[in-house]
Amino acid sequence: MSDLLTFEGLSKAWFGVPAVSDLDYALRENSLLGVIGQNGAGKSTLMNMIGGIVQPSGGRMLWRGAPYAPQSAADASKVGIAFIHQELNLFTNLSVAENLYVDGFPRKFGIIDWAAINERTRSILQRLSLDDVEPSVKVGQLSPGERQLVEIARALHNEAQLIIFDEPTTSLTHRETERLFETIATLREEGRTIVYISHILGDVQSISDGIAVLRDGRLVDHGAAADFPVSRMIKSMIGRDLGGLFPPRSNQPDSDLILSARSIGQPGVLEKASIDVRKGEVLGLFGLMGAGRSELARVLFGLDPHATGDILLNGQPLTGGPRNRIAAGMAFVTENRREEGLMLDASIADNLALVSIDRFGRKPFALVDMEALSTRTEAMKAELSIKAGNIARQAAKTLSGGNQQKVVIGKWQMQSPKLFILDEPTRGVDVGAKYEIYTLVDRIAADGGGVLMISSELDELLGMADRIVVMNRGEVIGSVDRADFDREKLLAMAFREVTA
Amino acid sequence: MTTETARPSPLQRVSRILLSDYFVLYLSLAYVAALAPFYPVLLTPANISNVLSNMWPLLIVATGQTFVLAIAGIDLSQGAVIAVTSVICAMLIAVTGNEAVLGNAPIWGAVIDGDGGLLSGVTGGLAIAILAMVVAAALIGLLNGVAVAVFGMPAFMVTLVTMLVVSAFAIYLSMSENISGLPEAFIDLGKGDLVSVYFGAQEESKIPRKVIYSFVTYPMVIAIAVAVFAHYLLNRTVFGRYVFAIGSNIRNAQISGVPVRRIVVAIFVISAVCAAIASILYSARLEAGRPTLGAGTFLLDVIGATVIGGTSLFGGKAKIIWTFFGVLFFVLLSNTLNLMNLSAFQVDMVKGAVILAAALLDVLRTRITRETAR
Repeated sequence: MSDLLTFEGLSKAWFGVPAVSDLDYALRENSLLGVIGQNGAGKSTLMNMIGGIVQPSGGRMLWRGAPYAPQSAADASKVGIAFIHQELNLFTNLSVAENLYVDGFPRKFGIIDWAAINERTRSILQRLSLDDVEPSVKVGQLSPGERQLVEIARALHNEAQLIIFDEPTTSLTHRETERLFETIATLREEGRTIVYISHILGDVQSISDGIAVLRDGRLVDHGAAADFPVSRMIKSMIGRDLGGLFPPRSNQPDSDLILSARSIGQPGVLEKASIDVRKGEVLGLFGLMGAGRSELARVLFGLDPHATGDILLNGQPLTGGPRNRIAAGMAFVTENRREEGLMLDASIADNLALVSIDRFGRKPFALVDMEALSTRTEAMKAELSIKAGNIARQAAKTLSGGNQQKVVIGKWQMQSPKLFILDEPTRGVDVGAKYEIYTLVDRIAADGGGVLMISSELDELLGMADRIVVMNRGEVIGSVDRADFDREKLLAMAFREVTA
Repeated sequence: MTTETARPSPLQRVSRILLSDYFVLYLSLAYVAALAPFYPVLLTPANISNVLSNMWPLLIVATGQTFVLAIAGIDLSQGAVIAVTSVICAMLIAVTGNEAVLGNAPIWGAVIDGDGGLLSGVTGGLAIAILAMVVAAALIGLLNGVAVAVFGMPAFMVTLVTMLVVSAFAIYLSMSENISGLPEAFIDLGKGDLVSVYFGAQEESKIPRKVIYSFVTYPMVIAIAVAVFAHYLLNRTVFGRYVFAIGSNIRNAQISGVPVRRIVVAIFVISAVCAAIASILYSARLEAGRPTLGAGTFLLDVIGATVIGGTSLFGGKAKIIWTFFGVLFFVLLSNTLNLMNLSAFQVDMVKGAVILAAALLDVLRTRITRETAR
C-alpha cells in the first residue's frame, strides 16, 4: 500500500492564531482513518485545506507523491476527493439522477441523454444497495439515510478515491447508520480510502483501522484502532483523564411529581402518551427518529397543540403557550440550538437575559435595570463557566458549540425553573463541554428540579438518567428504572414495530 | 476576538469605520465638505435652515419605520396614513370651508361646511383633532399588525394593500382637493420657531420675515422628543429587548416566552402613529390637509434614509441614532441635488442609486460582522 495523501508541516493560522500547526501525516491508500477532536481542534480547517476551500499558510500536501495545492473545491474533486457533510449538499427539488449529473449532463445530438444517465445512476445505486430508489425520484422525498447514500453515489459517480465523512450519522437512525457502515465497508473493498470524522467515539473505534486525534490544531496522538480504546481517545482529546464520561448522579429522585402528562394525543403525531417526571429526577426519553420524542416535548411546552389529554405541573393544569409554561416554571432547550435557541448575532449577555428580562424592568416604563442585569448575567457566566471574554460585547455565534449550549441552558437557569426539558442537549458538543453539561443536569436535579432529557445517544441516557422512557411512533412503550438498565432491552423497545 | 491583539490590517480598519455608529455622520460631513467649495450656497444660513426644516418630519416617520425594520418587517402604508390623517385633521379644524372646492366631496355638509370643520371654534378642538389623527393612525396600524402577527401574512403584502386602500380613502374623502383655512395655532406647530437668527444690519427697525432664519422650531422639538423617546424605548426597555429578540430570531423569541404577537402589533401601531405625528408637521407647513401627502417616492425617502443609517433590512439591527444620521444624509442629498438644478426625474434617479448602494452596504456590513466573528 502506498501513501495517498501526505501532509508535510501543514499549517494554517487565522489572524495570527494557529488553527492547524505543523501537521505531518501520511494517509495510506485504502485505509480508513478515524479523525477525532473537540470542537475547535482544527478538524474543519484541515478538511477545508484538503478540499481547497482555504489555502495553507505553511507546509504542503502531496497527492500520490506529487505536490497538491488545490485552489478551489473543483480542484479537489478533480483529483478524486469527495466530502460527505453533516449538512448534505443535495438539491432536494431535483431527482437523484439530476443530483449526480448536476455539474455536467451527457448529450447525444445536443439533447440530454437521459437513457444513459438513468442507466448509470441505477447501476451506482445498485452498488449502494439502493435498488428500490428510482433515478427519477426527487431527493426531497427520500429519508435522511437515503439522502446520505445519494451523496455517496455522487462521490462514486465522480470516481472519488478519497471520501471524507464529516459527522455523517447525526441525523440517521440506528438502522440507517448500520447501513452506512456496510456501505463504507463496500467502498473499501473497491479500493477507496476513507476519512471518518465523528464525535461518536464508539463508531470511530469500531469502523476505523487507524485513528488520529487533533487537539489545538496539533496531531497529538495516532495509532491503530485496535490499540485505541475510547478511554485513550478521550484522554488524548482533552489532554487529561475525565475519570469516565459521566459525573455520578448525586441524588435520589423524590416521590413527588413535578410534571404529569396524561394520555396526550394528537392525530398522526402522538397516541395517548403519558409521562411523569418526579422532583429531583432525570428522566431519559429514548426512541428512534420520528418516535415522537421532540413532538411530545413541543406539546408539553405549549408550542404545538394536542387534541386530548392533560398536562399538570405541580398539580396545576397547564394551558396557553410558552409564556404561560415559562411562568409556571418550565424551561425548554430545543434540539436546534442555532435556529431556536440563540440570537447568534446578539451578545452573550443579551442571550442570557432574554427569558428573564421582564424581571429586570423597573416601573413605570419597564426600563431595564442594566446594573442588576449585568450582575446576574456575569454570575451566570461564572456559574456555567462559559468560556468567553466580554459577554456584553461578544456575539453568541463566536462561541464553540458547547459554550453556545451553556448559554442556552443559562438563559433558562436565570429563571430557576422547576422543570427542564432538554432535547438533544449535547448534539454537536465536544467531550469536555458534554461533561460540564451532564454535571449541570445532575445539579438541577440535585437542587430539586426535574429534568426530561431527550437523546438519540443511548449511552448518554444510560449514564445520566434515573429512569428511561421509550417511545415508538408516538406511543410510550414503557419505562425502565436505572437498576434494570439494559442496552439491548431498551433498543428492542425502541424498535418494537420494526422488529415485530 | 483576534482584532484586539493583532495590528489592524487595512481591511479591518475599513470594516471598523463601516461598522461605526457614526459612519453616516462622517459620510454626511465629508459630502458637505466635498460639495461646499462648488456650491457655496450650501452653507448659507437660509439653506441650513431649510435642510433642518426638511429633516424633522422625515425623522419622525423614519423613527417609526426603524421599529418595523428591526423585526425584519416593512411598513409601506406610512405615506397613506400621513395623507388620511392630514385630511381628517383639516376637515375637523378648518375655520372656513370653500364650497367651490369641496362641494363634491362626501364630507361636505357632514363634517365641514362654509363655517369650517366640525371642531372649529370648539375649545380644545385642536387637541381633539390631533387625538383623532392619532386614533385613526393607531387603528390602521392595528389592522396591519393583526394581519401580520395573528394571521401570519407577509408585512410587505399587508401594508401594500393598506397603502392602496387608505390613500384611496383619503382622496375620496376630499375628492382629491386640498382643505385649506387651518387655524394659526395649528400652523404654528409646523412653522413656529423658538430660536431664530438674523444676519442683517442691526439698525433696521423692521426686519422682513424672509431674512430671519429659524433654527430651533416646534417641529425640531417634537421630532427630537419623539426620537429620544424612541431611543429609550428601543434600547433601554423590556419592550425594546423583545423587539430585537423577534428581529434576531423569531422562533427563539417565541420559545423564550417573548409575547411575539403583542409586540408585532404594537410595532405597527407605533409606525402608524409616528406617521400621524409627522402628518401634523407636514399639514401645518402646507397650511392645508392634502390627500396626496406621502404619495409618490416619499416612501422610498423614508426607507432609504433608515437603511442608509444602518438599520438592517434583515432585522435585529436598528438604532435611532443611525436613523437620525440617515435622515440627515438623505435630506442633504435631496438638498444638494436641488441646488445642482437637476430635474425631478434626475433627482429620483440619483436617489434610487443611493438607496440601492445603501442596501448593498447593508449586505456588506452583515457579511463583515459574520466574517470578523470567526
